[in-house]
Amino acid sequence: MSVKVSMKVNGKPVSADLEARTLLVTLIREQLRLTGTHVGCDTAQCGACTVLMNGKAIKSCSIVAMQAEGADILTIEGVAKPDGTLHPMQAAFKENHGLQCGFCTPGMVMNALDFAKSHPDPTEEEVRDSLEGNLCRCTGYHNIVKSIMAGARAMAGKP
Amino acid sequence: MTASLIGARIERKEDYRFLTGAGMYTDDVALPGQAYAAFVRSPHAHARIKKIALDQAKKSPAVLAVYTGADLAAAKVGGLPCGWLITDVNGQPMKEPPYPPLAQGKVRHVGERVAVVIAESLDQARDAAELVEVDYEVLPAVVDPAKAKGAPAIHEAAPDNACYVWALGDKAAVDSAFAKAAHVTKLDFVNNRLIPNAIEPRAANATYSRAEAGYTLYVASQNPHVERLLMTAFVLGLPENKVRVVAPDVGGGFGSKIYLYPEDVVVTWAAKQLNRAVKWTAERTESFVSDAHGRDHVTTAELALDRDGKFLAMRVRTTANLGAYLSTFASCIPTILYATLLAGQYTTPLIYCEVTAVFTNTTPVDAYRGAGRPEATYVVERLVETAAREMKLDPAGIRRKNFIRQFPYQTPVALCYDTGNYEATLDAVMKMADVSGFKQRKEESLRKGKLRGLGYACYIEACGIAPSNVAGSLGARAGLFEAGEIRVHPTGTVTVFTGSHSHGQGHETTFAQVVADRLGLPMESVDIVHGDTSKVLFGMGTYGSRSIAVGGTAIVKALDKIIAKGRKIAAHLLEAAEADIEYDRGVFKVAGTDKHKTFGEVAFAAYVPHNYPLDKLEPGLNENAFYDPANFTFPAGSYVCEVEVDRDTGATQIVAFTAVDDFGKIINPMIVEGQVHGGLAQGIGQALTEGCRYDSTGQLVTGSFSDYAIPRAADVPLFKLDTRETPCTHNPLGVKGCGEAGAIGAPAAVMNAITDALGVKDIPMPATAQTVWRSMHKAA
Repeated sequence: MSVKVSMKVNGKPVSADLEARTLLVTLIREQLRLTGTHVGCDTAQCGACTVLMNGKAIKSCSIVAMQAEGADILTIEGVAKPDGTLHPMQAAFKENHGLQCGFCTPGMVMNALDFAKSHPDPTEEEVRDSLEGNLCRCTGYHNIVKSIMAGARAMAGKP
Repeated sequence: MTASLIGARIERKEDYRFLTGAGMYTDDVALPGQAYAAFVRSPHAHARIKKIALDQAKKSPAVLAVYTGADLAAAKVGGLPCGWLITDVNGQPMKEPPYPPLAQGKVRHVGERVAVVIAESLDQARDAAELVEVDYEVLPAVVDPAKAKGAPAIHEAAPDNACYVWALGDKAAVDSAFAKAAHVTKLDFVNNRLIPNAIEPRAANATYSRAEAGYTLYVASQNPHVERLLMTAFVLGLPENKVRVVAPDVGGGFGSKIYLYPEDVVVTWAAKQLNRAVKWTAERTESFVSDAHGRDHVTTAELALDRDGKFLAMRVRTTANLGAYLSTFASCIPTILYATLLAGQYTTPLIYCEVTAVFTNTTPVDAYRGAGRPEATYVVERLVETAAREMKLDPAGIRRKNFIRQFPYQTPVALCYDTGNYEATLDAVMKMADVSGFKQRKEESLRKGKLRGLGYACYIEACGIAPSNVAGSLGARAGLFEAGEIRVHPTGTVTVFTGSHSHGQGHETTFAQVVADRLGLPMESVDIVHGDTSKVLFGMGTYGSRSIAVGGTAIVKALDKIIAKGRKIAAHLLEAAEADIEYDRGVFKVAGTDKHKTFGEVAFAAYVPHNYPLDKLEPGLNENAFYDPANFTFPAGSYVCEVEVDRDTGATQIVAFTAVDDFGKIINPMIVEGQVHGGLAQGIGQALTEGCRYDSTGQLVTGSFSDYAIPRAADVPLFKLDTRETPCTHNPLGVKGCGEAGAIGAPAAVMNAITDALGVKDIPMPATAQTVWRSMHKAA
């Protein structure tokens, strides 16, 4: 059964005819070819597929595209400024070597963007708790934690 | 003159694309008209295939083909080869049973591929795969390596399920030393099986061009040239020049993406049959059952000491689980990369190690971050710490008493260490970790109801297996060199091609630092290309922490040739003798004068050779080099771990972890620290959280991230790191490698800390809260 879904992705209206079972992440990766959102597991554990839906971090592998009807979706491709300048959270990951292979990174950044809104100056413990649903196998989390602490402060305009 | 780029904390060139979603991993590659493969996998650990019914699957919508082992056999597709021949204690070659890409007659582990369905869409392929009916006769399975020998045969070629029994060292001399020893420390333990779990699942996307009679395979691989060599020469019998293998951005490897896997072979073969691109990406559950696992040793280890704590001899017996088939490098991990490391940092004069490698009905086991060296370090460092406790000696003191202090040092287990300074890293780590304040911290913990423990690990690593001829005499079926090429463009910018592969290590930055520094160029003027057999001249790839020591050196050798030619060009331009030309970071200068030419001017002259010695010198500036190291490199370090154990729950928290490593010269300290962090987390994962479990029928019980706990952010602390530097003596950069150190040293440090806290001799890994709680209650 084919269904039509419409939503905004990175500020642009999109609509697609999809099988009802199509996951949001499949729409993003396969139909829209926004391949920065990754799939690292099939059990909603790893968080590599995290995007913002109406400003809130969600795992795009665990909802079907229909559930995002009318929503405003932000993926990693929409985070930097139009001129290519990195968002302060992205810049913090670069400055603090918060990524290695880069596969979990988009999910980490998207989750951090949501987290930082309510935590302008987070503690190490708060950041670690916020990463419960995002797995990284490369960094030992050390520099991810530092990146998110720095990125959150930068977003809040703190030095 | 600009500041040196060697040792500079330069932000990574690759980060912008990863941070903006512009990375290109294998699953991101969309080839025109690609079809999708879904594999039908065995639900049984050991079974005879009585019948496979494909009719329903073939009739399913949009199915293009369904293939089984019979189709591959009819097409004369070979089995997967093993890259290292081990010769057993009787001089006989190891047992090498066939490893067909799709099962032939029998399945030997859960997750083995039985058939492949290829359809227009992924959902259609998966739906049709559900319709393949396989009639199995289930056979008894064995999963425990200790029980493999008496179990029903898994392969005809190995009736007792043993692949080989191998030994290193003088057994009689070791036995005699034990008979005379004042003290013997003995431990029996399991080095737990681990599942690598790079966050990017394995993937392959192959296409065939009739016009070019050639294949292109995109694959998540750590070594695309090796993948091509194995696939063309041994499995598919294709001409190597007609196969291009591309390993684009790869989302972590940790060893698991070194190997040639059946899925890669099947999609490549199928691409020609269907004249279509065929794509496969593993689901995480498929990764759990089909990526090569790591470790899985059952060991009895003994250390003989004199009454002062001097080590006299070591005796080790290990049964290593190879799983159901021989993966690409499986055979050399529990032998060549294990027993040879048992001297550790110590002068133990006599060592004997015997390894029985067995087949079981489990996923194949191969190299996983550290690969043999974590297992060896665990043996040595658990023995040393336990011996100190039994003899009431200071654990740091007993190590100092036995440190190797003179180099080069020939160990009794074949390796010759070129350099090291073990005292320096131990001194530094003890100071940084404030070992002298531990007693007070322990009392404070006790007041909170927590048991505090401290553990050391002083590890040695051997990186960059070499030289090729020695490796060959030990059974390696491949060379272990690396290749590099420097292509200077007419305007003086540079593209570097390396046979090393980066899947997180940051080669695009580190290697560019080496080249830019030597040529006096800004970082933006140097680009690194890797991972494509059509671009890179050759490569052995990245594993065993070899990239900077072997791949980096190949680049330096090519740079030497560039500068040698540049010197000739500069001599001509400057009307001076070649011998009078001095070179320093981008400037060719006539000695004793201010006459000079920049690297850019020389490059331009090479490509616009108007004023150029064409009678003596070819135009252009492009050089390559192959480098085969004279020896391994030997990074080493000292780690101190402090834990707190909750007396009520058994939950263990790492409250401090301090690591001081000696990696020789360091090119980019920021990247090196990141490698150590990641290695430590994987080592801590092995010690505390990662428990691979099979039930007695061979079902993988821990087949998802819900059941198999790779460390999460809250499981690890902020690490305290430092380095000491004794440069490697046999490569021009003085580098040793840093990729695996953390995973090698951490498990022993953590377990030494937990056993210290609990006051017990041993406790199995992973030391989960339940395991620790049970140990406390057994002890009480």
